[in-house]
Amino acid sequence: MAPNSQTILVVGGGIAGISAAIEAAEAGADVVLLERSPTLGGRVAGLNRYFPKLCHPTCGLEINYQRIKKNKNIKLFTMAQVATVEGQAGNYKVTVKTTPRHVNAKCTACGACSEAATSEIPNPFNYGLDTVKAAYLPHEMAFPMRYVIDGSVVGTPEGDAIKSSCKYDAVDLEEKEKTFDLTVGAIIWATGWKPYDAARIEPYSYSESPDIITNVEMERLAAHNGPTKGQIVRPSDGEPARKVALIQCAGSRDTNHLPYCSAICCLGSLKHAAFVRQQYDDSQVDIYYIDIRAHDKLEAFYQKVKADSGIHFIKSKPGSIVVGEDGRPTVCGEDTLGRDIYANAYDIVVLATGMEPCSAREYRVPVEVEMDDYGFIVPKTGNGSGIFSAGVAQGPNDVSTSVQTATAAALRAIQAVRG
Amino acid sequence: MSDRKAGVYLCKGCGIGDAVDMDAIEQVAVSEMKAPLCRQHDALCSDEGLKVIQDDIDGGEINQAIIAACSHRVMTDRFQFNGTQVVRANLREQVIWCHPANDEDTQMLAADQVRMGIAQAAKFDTPQPWTEGDFNRRIMVVGGGVTGLSAAREASLTGHEVLLIERADSLGGWAAKWSRRLPHRPPYRDPQDNDLGALVSEVEGDSKITVMTGALVTRTEGMPGKFTVEITRGGAAVLETVGAIVVATGWRPYDANKLGHLGYGASPDVVTGVELEEMLANGGIRRKSDGQAPKTVAFVQCAGSRDPEHLPYCSSVCCGVSIKQALLLVRSDPDAMAYIVFDELRTPGTAEEFYRQAQEAGVVFIKGKVKSVGADLTVTVDDALLGEEVPMTGLDMVVLATGMVPNSTNPDAEAEADEFQEQLKADINPAVPIPSAGFANGGEGEEPQEGFPWPWKDKTPTGGSILNLQYRQGPHIPMLADGFSDSHYICFPYETRRTGIYTCGPVRRPMGMAESADDAAGAVLKAIQAIGNAAEGAAVHPRAGDLSFPKIGYDICTKCRRCTVECPFGAIDEEEDGKPVVNITRCRRCGTCMGACPVRTIGFDNYNVQMISDMISAVEIPDEFAEKPRILILACENDAYPALDMAGINRHQYSAYVRTIPVRCLGSVSMLWVSTAIERGYDGAMLLGCKSGDDYQCHFVKGSAIAKERMSKVGETLKSMMLEEDRVISEEVSIADSARVADLIDRFAGKIGELDANPFKGF
Repeated sequence: MAPNSQTILVVGGGIAGISAAIEAAEAGADVVLLERSPTLGGRVAGLNRYFPKLCHPTCGLEINYQRIKKNKNIKLFTMAQVATVEGQAGNYKVTVKTTPRHVNAKCTACGACSEAATSEIPNPFNYGLDTVKAAYLPHEMAFPMRYVIDGSVVGTPEGDAIKSSCKYDAVDLEEKEKTFDLTVGAIIWATGWKPYDAARIEPYSYSESPDIITNVEMERLAAHNGPTKGQIVRPSDGEPARKVALIQCAGSRDTNHLPYCSAICCLGSLKHAAFVRQQYDDSQVDIYYIDIRAHDKLEAFYQKVKADSGIHFIKSKPGSIVVGEDGRPTVCGEDTLGRDIYANAYDIVVLATGMEPCSAREYRVPVEVEMDDYGFIVPKTGNGSGIFSAGVAQGPNDVSTSVQTATAAALRAIQAVRG
Repeated sequence: MSDRKAGVYLCKGCGIGDAVDMDAIEQVAVSEMKAPLCRQHDALCSDEGLKVIQDDIDGGEINQAIIAACSHRVMTDRFQFNGTQVVRANLREQVIWCHPANDEDTQMLAADQVRMGIAQAAKFDTPQPWTEGDFNRRIMVVGGGVTGLSAAREASLTGHEVLLIERADSLGGWAAKWSRRLPHRPPYRDPQDNDLGALVSEVEGDSKITVMTGALVTRTEGMPGKFTVEITRGGAAVLETVGAIVVATGWRPYDANKLGHLGYGASPDVVTGVELEEMLANGGIRRKSDGQAPKTVAFVQCAGSRDPEHLPYCSSVCCGVSIKQALLLVRSDPDAMAYIVFDELRTPGTAEEFYRQAQEAGVVFIKGKVKSVGADLTVTVDDALLGEEVPMTGLDMVVLATGMVPNSTNPDAEAEADEFQEQLKADINPAVPIPSAGFANGGEGEEPQEGFPWPWKDKTPTGGSILNLQYRQGPHIPMLADGFSDSHYICFPYETRRTGIYTCGPVRRPMGMAESADDAAGAVLKAIQAIGNAAEGAAVHPRAGDLSFPKIGYDICTKCRRCTVECPFGAIDEEEDGKPVVNITRCRRCGTCMGACPVRTIGFDNYNVQMISDMISAVEIPDEFAEKPRILILACENDAYPALDMAGINRHQYSAYVRTIPVRCLGSVSMLWVSTAIERGYDGAMLLGCKSGDDYQCHFVKGSAIAKERMSKVGETLKSMMLEEDRVISEEVSIADSARVADLIDRFAGKIGELDANPFKGF
């Protein structure tokens, strides 16, 4: 039977979703790309640098955004997510729910609304490590380049001031949640991941000290456009973080938390060690690990980090992290190799929390698809199915393998819609 | 284009009209630059603003719109008018957001932005795509293992004819030898049936797929959409036409004969993982020495891998494979003991469950590095837990988990002539990160440790070429320092240096069966894009859809061969007399050839030497007494130019003496532009490009490296003009350098300010 619709719906605008959408569109397919937040880029937009080249994710994003801007086959909706899906391959009816941005397409990104705003909200881009005005541009590489007005100012004098500051009639404080329907032939689920909730690993005292942070927060600290403009400092007092512990498998490889290996955290921490060492000559970084999983060619990056005399590897899964009397976080446990009992104090301790797929709970595919016990969607090949997964919705993937899965998913979606 | 009708549209929105005297700018456009039409608007990107432009187009007033407003990186889709050329002049991000309002220098900068836009439009032609002749849609897949079979099948399912070439006499490759495969489906606990036979049957029964076994590709010429390949089987050669090529030549086990210290060859009961697979597929594990089933077996991980003397990388699959073999052993014989000696146990992702399963099944894991294996099967382990060397004795068999060597060459074929080996080496550099030193002081602070540098940097793989490309730049697909093929990019794993040719599977990176099948699908999609774009005359990634292509003025060309040597994609061949010939669908439109050409006779319809020279010349140069130096910035459009835009978004202020022109790649920068600037009276020039070297970030591979090389010659030119060499500099600027780039500019402007004014001003 010929498919009813040849359009491919891509759900999620992180690196996997962006890649799937562009790759399908550049092969001639019509694509609708949905992103739940105000801007594309997902988790990678918040990364300071990629391993192993220590290059900036925004470089690749710039290329991808240029590709989207020049491609007429892609329709993009931000602040939009899938509510329901009905039908079968070749003919899905999808209801999309949008949440209000309170800024319409007339926005020129001039910034007047932000100047008019007076209240501040926790900055989602920086994982709440700082605040941002209630009328804000998500970040300097936001795509679309359009402001967002937080719902908290609706119906307040501040809201009115924001609205009247806009010369282009772009502020819409009346905007409500809306739904609309799409008919599509195939769906690529690329909803990505969220960091495992570090507070759930109770012995690691994440909630007890501002100087115990997660790996995604470390990315923001090290980023030039982060809360400290790239200065790696103790959140408690802003002093340089010269002695840093990186704790691997914070949640991962643990049947009480995430039973699988999140695959990226070792490389991520090797990168964080490089960040600290590049910033402070007299710094010391200790990496607490079970196995360093620098698989395939990434081994070279591991060897490069290992060659740095300021970076030490301690084979141990720490038993606990406590806040010492001087307020410094102290990592406690037993060294698996030397059998030494240790209690080492640091300026900051970074928990290499794992990846939890959004497809597991908060952003499930609303129809039956084959999932494993962890919430990853099992990849399908051309067997009549019209729903495919890409990126971390499929498994713990790094950027490169996410793009790999996304490109494969794009091909299989094309096969599905062309019948 | 002879009948240009350019309209200049000045946007006063976003505060531009408040910071700049737009009437004065209009005077510049109309009176000085003779623009036939100039209009101001309060918000050009609004529906009303767009209508103003559209009405002029519909009324036949204009066929070119010069839009002086925000950066071309925003409102790209709004400012598109079917069939009308659009040139953008950036007055927002790079003028009013980073320079003081109502300031003389800001005003002069804004006027120059419009002058440059008008000059650009005067040399801007709409590219007509090149679509000559027939374009073939068939895909050739080289390699009939799991990757190639998957690629063939995926291409067929997407409606493409496939030519599948396999070197051996039958399909299946290494994976056909496995009795069971690694679990890739939930619950990830048990070895799974090897379903490769079903895939082979699907391929063999697929009418769209032509299979040629016992065959080698002995010649490849042409370009995407028009490749001609010569296939040789049994001494007879046939010619075939294909549109794109997927290379899935896979891997071979590392030669265990090189692992004498691990006992290979000393005892028949020291076997490789591959040999153990063959036993498993043929009746079970038996000692070669006496045919008995072994009771105690040690698996030696990283046998050759992660070893500077052998393979520098981790072969990725060996941990999983040994776990599988150990599980099969202990499950088939409850009395058997399996020991896995590992340095780092690598079961990433859901494979962790497989590891857990093996531990529960009683497989013993020992952390340590194996020092040696004796002829009596004594395994000496540098036991990391005990901190001493521990002999393991009483073993019945030792299995070496040998790694994967990519078949980026055909090991059975003769090596190429030396010149091509040299070419291959040149392609390897720039390459993957090479461990050399620590990170302190930006990686410059520490001396390399013992055991480094990485040994592969100076080696080339043995064997002949896979495709025997008849390219000016040699027969090989370029490879990286570790012997694997492209891609070097994290965000673009299929970004190839030979357009239309995509590698996948273990020839690209060590990977297992499931990932190889997925990778094959990805490569097939890129092949399909290459075919489709070729037929439309459009570029593929990263300038996807670009219809322009380099045109060579043969009446001027001196056949100097610089363009054919420097093209990063091997797109330009030479005829016997040295005449360069562009294979247009191989071209990625970076313009490196244009920058290379010493007689400036290579150009694109919408991007050429004269256009940029005219833009440079359009800038008004104040006389030396004005004490207003001018600095030309040529900025990579993907990194440095966005960084400058973001400097504006962040309101970083910097010198208003700079005049910035985005370039496709620093590789496209003609040295004429720099000399034009100096001759016109600019006081300095900055080339801003991306990072070169081992961790290069240039998506045209070596643009910034080439620019640096060319720059070294500019210094001599400056000296001959009695000017200071440091008037022209090149800097690496990343896209995240919005604050740093402002600082770089100010420091350079400060230095230029200390020099005397360029004496060529006013000439």
